[in-house]
Amino acid sequence: MKEEVVIIKYGAGNLFSARAVVERLGYPVVLSDDPAVVSAATRVIFPGVGQARSAMERLRARGLDDVIPALRVPVLGICLGMQLMCARSEEGDTPGLGVFPLEVKRVPGGYRTPHVGWNRLEQLSSPLFDGIDEGTWAYFVHSYFVPASPVQIASCTYHAPFSAAIRRDNFFGCQFHPEKSGDAGERIIRNFLEWKP
Amino acid sequence: MIAKRIIPCLDVKEGRTVKGVHFENLIDAGDIVELAARYSEEGADELVFLDITASHDRRETRRDWVERVARATRVPFTVGGGITSERDVEALLESGADKISVNSAAIDNPALIDRLARAFGSQCVVAAIDAKQEQGSWRVYRQGGRVATNRWLFEWAREVVNRGAGEILFTSMDHDGTRRGFALHPLALLDEMLRVPVIASGGAGSPGDFHDAFVVGRASAALAAGIFHFGDMTIPELKRYLHANGINVRITG
Repeated sequence: MKEEVVIIKYGAGNLFSARAVVERLGYPVVLSDDPAVVSAATRVIFPGVGQARSAMERLRARGLDDVIPALRVPVLGICLGMQLMCARSEEGDTPGLGVFPLEVKRVPGGYRTPHVGWNRLEQLSSPLFDGIDEGTWAYFVHSYFVPASPVQIASCTYHAPFSAAIRRDNFFGCQFHPEKSGDAGERIIRNFLEWKP
Repeated sequence: MIAKRIIPCLDVKEGRTVKGVHFENLIDAGDIVELAARYSEEGADELVFLDITASHDRRETRRDWVERVARATRVPFTVGGGITSERDVEALLESGADKISVNSAAIDNPALIDRLARAFGSQCVVAAIDAKQEQGSWRVYRQGGRVATNRWLFEWAREVVNRGAGEILFTSMDHDGTRRGFALHPLALLDEMLRVPVIASGGAGSPGDFHDAFVVGRASAALAAGIFHFGDMTIPELKRYLHANGINVRITG
């Protein structure tokens, strides 16, 4: 029996697809916004689409803002979930959860936003990308980005190179949507689910 | 570099895919989930579903087919048709849709776009605009192209973007169903004046038409229905042609 995966549900976007991929890979899924359930989880997916400030407010209202950064089990933040794990976001000028000492920036004016569509993953360096080729296509949709830094484990280029994925210890973050990125995306989620700290 | 997107469009009536010419004469084009899964596997970059089920039947049938599509596909998809409130959008996102498109409801109530963009983010709100050439300009039509409005394409496109739409899906009713190519000139003008991606729709007939939509029309994405549903062109063939002709497209496997 594969271990249960907790997907954090806090009113921020489409959880259905993430859940569908995890279930297709044979893992039982629990959707929860209960801090006790999230704290007791053995593996956590932290998705999110929407606005950073209001998403942070929803996390605080549920007491999840203290729980998530304290997790010691594998955590995968997707899109806004990854951005919220940073220290601060320009979107609504809000503090984040502070897992990563990074600031989320807005894509500069003069570039079409949101950055929406398929773009290439480069400079892959993490077990998250086992079996994934350099230049693999992934689906992005975002108007804010995490600049390149030493915690970057995948890069992508739009207005400039930015972090397609980041990692610190047990925390992984993807700016792209693996649950919407075809076979490659499904493999990345499988890699996360099989990763042992 | 971001890839140019190829988007099959599925018009949905009571859970089946249908396709018309000039927004009329609907023909059954097959099971929606089966088609969606096939396009997702063949390399479609996104899917668009336009739900033309009569409004009183729509709510019950929609959740079911949207969930089945979300389970059967692994690419993003947009659902449009009769969306008038945050509640409609929430239900769709919960069922696995990634974006929604609004058309007539936004013409009736433009503030709907502001509300949806605020609640769900601009990335989730596609403004669909159907227009045809009149008096040397492009008049906007509503209700699937059946009813003329007093709005004009470029002004309306600017307004919906200012209100928070994250993408424009522009269908030229003059070109739709003709297979003679996309409306390149208005597409290029939209690209010039807007800071959001524009999806070209209406008129796809040959791989060269897509090439022109991207190069001359400068579209970020191109949408087509009939040529894919009836097997005139496959997505892998189309993408190989585009790649060979210098267009940055996503080719897998």
